[in-house]
Amino acid sequence: MNQFVHINPTTTTGRKYWRSLNQLSGTPEFKQWVEREFPEGAADAASAGSRRSLLKLMAASFGLAGLAACRRPVEKILPHAKGVEGLIHGKPLHYATVATVGGAATGLMVETHEGRPTKVEGNEKHPASLGATSAHMQALVLSLYDPDRTKGVRKAGARSSWDEFTAWANGEFSAEKQGDGAGLRILAERSSSPSLKSVREQLAKKFPKAQWVEYDSVNFDNTRLGTQLAFGQPLEAHYAYDKADVVVALDADFLGLDSQSILPVKQFSSKRRVSSHESKINRLYAAESNYTVTGAMADHRLRLRASDVGALAVALAKELNVGGGELKVLSSKPGAAEKFVAAVAKELAAARGRSIVVAGPRQPKEVHALVALINQALGNTGETVTYTAPVVGADDSIAAVKQLVADLNTGQVKTLAVLGGNPVYTLPGDLNFAGAMKKAASTVVLAAEENETWAAAQWQLPEAHPFEAWGDARALDGTASIQQPLVAPLYYGKPAIEVAAMIAGLEKASAHEIVKSYWSAQWGAAAGKTWNLSLYNGFIEGTKLEAVQPAADIAKVYASIAPALKPAPAGLEVVFYPGHSTYDGRFANNAWMQEAPDPMTKLVWDNAALLSAATADKLGVTTGSIVNVQVGGRGAGVAVMVMPGHADDSISLTLGYGRAACGRVGRGVGHRVEFVRAAAAFHFAQASAKPNGDTYELVTTQEHHTLEEPITGKTRPIVLEATMEQYHHHPDHFEHAVHVPEVVNMFEQFEWTGQQWGMTIDLNACTGCNACLVACQAENNIPVVGKDQVKRGREMHWIRLDRYFTGDQNDPQVVNQPMACVQCENAPCESVCPVAATAHSPEGLNDMAYNRCVGTRYCANNCPYKVRRFNFLNWNKDLAESQKMMFNPDVTVRMRGVMEKCNYCVQRIQEVKIEAKANNRAELKDGDVKSACQQVCPADAIVFGNINDPNSKVARMKKQQRDYILLEELNIKPRTSYLGKLRNPNPELIHG
Amino acid sequence: MADLALDPRAELNPTLVQGDATYAGVTDAISVITESKPPKQWYYAMAVAIPLAGLLFFCLGYLVINGIGVWGNNSPVGWGWDITNFVWWIGIGHAGTLISAILFLFRQRWRTSINRAAEAMTLFAVACAGIYPLFHTGRPWRAAYWLFPMPNELLGMWQNFRSPLMWDVFAVSTYATVSALFWYVGLVPDLATLRDRAKGLRQQIFGILSLGWRGSARQWKHYELAYLILAGLSTPLVLSVHSIVSFDFATSVIPGWHTTIFPPYFVAGAIFSGFAMVITLMVLARWVYNLQHLITIKHLENMCKVILATGMIVGFAYGTEFFIAWYSANQYEKFAFINRAFGPYAWAYWSMIACNVISPQFFWFKKVRTSIPAMFILAIFINIGMWFERFVIIATSLHRDFLPSSWGYFSPTWVDVGTFAGTMGLFLTLFLLFLRFLPAIAISEVKGVLHNQLVSKKGGH
Repeated sequence: MNQFVHINPTTTTGRKYWRSLNQLSGTPEFKQWVEREFPEGAADAASAGSRRSLLKLMAASFGLAGLAACRRPVEKILPHAKGVEGLIHGKPLHYATVATVGGAATGLMVETHEGRPTKVEGNEKHPASLGATSAHMQALVLSLYDPDRTKGVRKAGARSSWDEFTAWANGEFSAEKQGDGAGLRILAERSSSPSLKSVREQLAKKFPKAQWVEYDSVNFDNTRLGTQLAFGQPLEAHYAYDKADVVVALDADFLGLDSQSILPVKQFSSKRRVSSHESKINRLYAAESNYTVTGAMADHRLRLRASDVGALAVALAKELNVGGGELKVLSSKPGAAEKFVAAVAKELAAARGRSIVVAGPRQPKEVHALVALINQALGNTGETVTYTAPVVGADDSIAAVKQLVADLNTGQVKTLAVLGGNPVYTLPGDLNFAGAMKKAASTVVLAAEENETWAAAQWQLPEAHPFEAWGDARALDGTASIQQPLVAPLYYGKPAIEVAAMIAGLEKASAHEIVKSYWSAQWGAAAGKTWNLSLYNGFIEGTKLEAVQPAADIAKVYASIAPALKPAPAGLEVVFYPGHSTYDGRFANNAWMQEAPDPMTKLVWDNAALLSAATADKLGVTTGSIVNVQVGGRGAGVAVMVMPGHADDSISLTLGYGRAACGRVGRGVGHRVEFVRAAAAFHFAQASAKPNGDTYELVTTQEHHTLEEPITGKTRPIVLEATMEQYHHHPDHFEHAVHVPEVVNMFEQFEWTGQQWGMTIDLNACTGCNACLVACQAENNIPVVGKDQVKRGREMHWIRLDRYFTGDQNDPQVVNQPMACVQCENAPCESVCPVAATAHSPEGLNDMAYNRCVGTRYCANNCPYKVRRFNFLNWNKDLAESQKMMFNPDVTVRMRGVMEKCNYCVQRIQEVKIEAKANNRAELKDGDVKSACQQVCPADAIVFGNINDPNSKVARMKKQQRDYILLEELNIKPRTSYLGKLRNPNPELIHG
Repeated sequence: MADLALDPRAELNPTLVQGDATYAGVTDAISVITESKPPKQWYYAMAVAIPLAGLLFFCLGYLVINGIGVWGNNSPVGWGWDITNFVWWIGIGHAGTLISAILFLFRQRWRTSINRAAEAMTLFAVACAGIYPLFHTGRPWRAAYWLFPMPNELLGMWQNFRSPLMWDVFAVSTYATVSALFWYVGLVPDLATLRDRAKGLRQQIFGILSLGWRGSARQWKHYELAYLILAGLSTPLVLSVHSIVSFDFATSVIPGWHTTIFPPYFVAGAIFSGFAMVITLMVLARWVYNLQHLITIKHLENMCKVILATGMIVGFAYGTEFFIAWYSANQYEKFAFINRAFGPYAWAYWSMIACNVISPQFFWFKKVRTSIPAMFILAIFINIGMWFERFVIIATSLHRDFLPSSWGYFSPTWVDVGTFAGTMGLFLTLFLLFLRFLPAIAISEVKGVLHNQLVSKKGGH
């Protein structure tokens, strides 16, 4: 067998062809390679080296080459050839599924075109989504088609197959080899999957001494460990922001990455909604070191080192007379903090049962316990704060990985399986996991991309994308959902549950079988029906966890945690934050996320060491300096960015950057800070920092950050803002904020009759979270351009989030303003286009005819909002084949040299109109058409609809007195208007 | 030219041709340039010009293959060096038509020895200018014909006649056509002169080009009339072209662009820069070809006076813009101008002021007006200053408009620089070819002026 067709160069005529020097020399390596290339007797057909048989073989090879593209469907999903229920060619289908970040599930509704997932929407029925998603969920589509994903099984870099791995695994994970499993460790990410839990139980039966360790770099352990301290059992706290009138966030970016964000934002924004000047809104206090989106929404924000937040919590508890210890600690700026605490305590005491105190996951468990006590003392428990059993593991995962590394180093671990995650990169630097991993006799790594951990493994397995594999997951409140695949694995990936099943030696080892059999067992007779219903709904009815009613012995618990809440020593600290773009690094190779500007810094394609101007002066650095941050002897160079409003003596570092082994997008983007992290001081630590003299170029999408003009210092009336008090007394505040002289029209105005589209954006609700920006990118096939081109001002986002600082330079407030094309009725872009490539539709849309555009850029110059985007280069030039599947077929992919911009998702409008026409409906109902940005917005800040229908939501919003038109004096009559921002400051804190 | 020769004012300028010039002498002096091998300086100049012109075609090719992104243009600065160069070149073109048409109608006989070269300069400047509106588009292969009102398969409708860019297309193409005709009609008698002196193929080529000119009284009569009509047609164009170019900015909503002062201000600026360029070229040409007796100090001094006058208009316009910005009480308008003078592009603004407002003031002094090195240096400054004026108007207005979030900065790339240097190369190449092969000074017109001088000598003055 495996005999290669030998052509003796001396006996054949003509030229001698060779493929490489190895072939020419006929080395054994080459022959081996050839055998690998043509395995299983392909060469047997040609027994003799005649030219005739060679040609025959060649012809057959060509003929059969086409078959290589065929893949036998195994059990998988139904092939299209057999017809899919409800499929009409050219129309998308939507499937409910879930995806998880940090273990807990978000319900999704994914749009597929001819079997290709193209767009993620939130599942309106799912309790953790309610129809909205985060930016990360939107970006999952791009990750699916990422050409740099792991493709196929490899064994120490060499090509292998699942069959080979299975054969090896059967031996490796046999009882004979592993015994009771004392030498077996599995390291995975936190998971809420009930099916995986059942697999783990079976695995534990087979290998009772094997250990399954869970670890997340962006870690929420302290929230659960805190409840353990307070109530004696680990619990998940659920905050009902829609019921709270006063919210105090202690280093808690609960509107951002310190929570599942979608539900909290939905709830919080409902308490910020204003319909008239008589309305009341909640009041948010935030104390934090870094400026987060929660801080930006806060009515009062105290900038404070993360290590001082515990002391602040103690002071607050004392002021509220919770526990009554003897702690007097407030090391930084005592004046401001004490005033803050006094005012907050007064408010909280007045809002018993209607308030929330929440601490962020970076704070130690004692702070969480203390916060639980405060909430209990305030009567919030059971009202605004409820508890359930946690859906993910509640152990101390950092202690667990520490133990794992110790076991590896002492040689106790024979086999290590890493199922997902990237521990070599994400684990704290002092654990030196990469070194420890080498000490295991065999290592198996399942990874979605060729990351640092994958590179260090012996068996390298491709992980399936959530859209490719069966699974299940629970939302934080316990609601379980089936994760149903939308497409067969593009690169032979398998989910973690299948590899776990392989290790456990399960007979039914496919994810589909595991999940289905697990749930069938739960449902009994109604299994078939419930399965289908659960897939359809995107969640399983009746799986929500019951709230528990814990009660802590306040005095006792307080006394036990008080010693741990010592005042922090003065000096510099570093705090580690997840990246809005990269999260923990898993989105590092996702270009949509890398190019989505950080909501607060507007930084793209980089992380930075954020610090205050005073700290920068102290360290002798400025934006762009490289500073060497040292924690316990380990240092990392990071580029500095001076962030207004940042706490002094504190440096915020963003996780998830500086990836060494990564795909083409994320490799070497930013600086790696995981290395300076220590297991003992995981979230923040005492540190030292000094500039190393180098500089680095940081690129932001916004170069001017205030509404004040330079030179003149005059404030521009772009984002209009008022306090609740001002608005209450002067409901016409926003109407008179800008003097608009009487405007004269030179031409007869078009009569806008019938269906007329318009939009309102509520600046009071928008948190600037980027979900709309990424959703728009996915919906409208918007390209990414890279750091260098963003530096040149050529980013392509159709909707951008303008972020302005207002007030005191060192302690400013922040306002966000989403800015997309506002569809002017008297559009200045239209009159200047020589070829009429941008023109008005009868429904009031400022349309772009890409085919007609010659690219003079005159329209962009004449746009007062600068929302037009020009294809300066061919941004779609180097697309991989897989990425071409990602595009929304309803939207043209623009070539270079043409202008583009927001068009209120005209393709969605058309789709609904066609549908209505087909059903003989003359009029569309309000809410039939949702723009991508509106649909995804967790804060419901964007309202879109027919402004000529007085009952439409958008028309009612526009009737509010808060409604204002940006640059109204230009008489360009935009269709998008803004609802002025309101803040609800505590009179005591502003006047006294 | 009978009636013009009788113009009494012509006699007041007896020094328009210096030395003991005769008709034959004038013919010889000008024709011999085209008939003999050019001097060394011509080759040196060509050695600079041709590689630069090559650079232009390289840069344009690179641009078309890769896209506008190879330039520094961005959002918010959608137009950078491209339209700056366009307006600059168009402005330079203005002097030619002004000299040949308006000065002709005003019977300014001193124009005779410079009008031909100035007209050629106009044509070549317009050719250079014309490159930019086409190549600054994202898809020039479409813009090349979609901007003209003729049927095409994809547009399927009329162009947008409300767009100032459409007006530009008509204004510039009309200007180019009329200027070319005017120049060519003026050339016809001189081409016949060359034909009569030439032999062989050269004679045949000039024979065809001179359209059968025999110099009969009847032909002269028709010729004079045709020239007069073309001068009449060109005159409004001098005013209209740059007025329309200024509409690109004046009709927009962007602070710093949206001003009614632009048409006269642009025209004055165009004449200002055009004359500066004529001085630059004439000083070089008379040096290379020893034409001091035909292009006299008198000519050059007159041009300096025009520069002084238009420079004052331009300076006044700068002041007016600031006054109106303050007077308008419009926050955005005020900021646009304060930002010009004190913002990130203040260096460009003050370069412009130094070159355009301060440097022409030296022309108050006759010593400066009659000093070749002084006027040459000042003319170069004015050329630079007028380029900065367009850059200031375009880039500084765009880089900070209404919403501070979208503010940016424009920096050119090597392709920007290469393209601009390349158009200079093209311009210089064309001008040197013109000097080499065509009569650079209007022989017949100079003879007309000479006639007066000869007559007055005979009269015993």
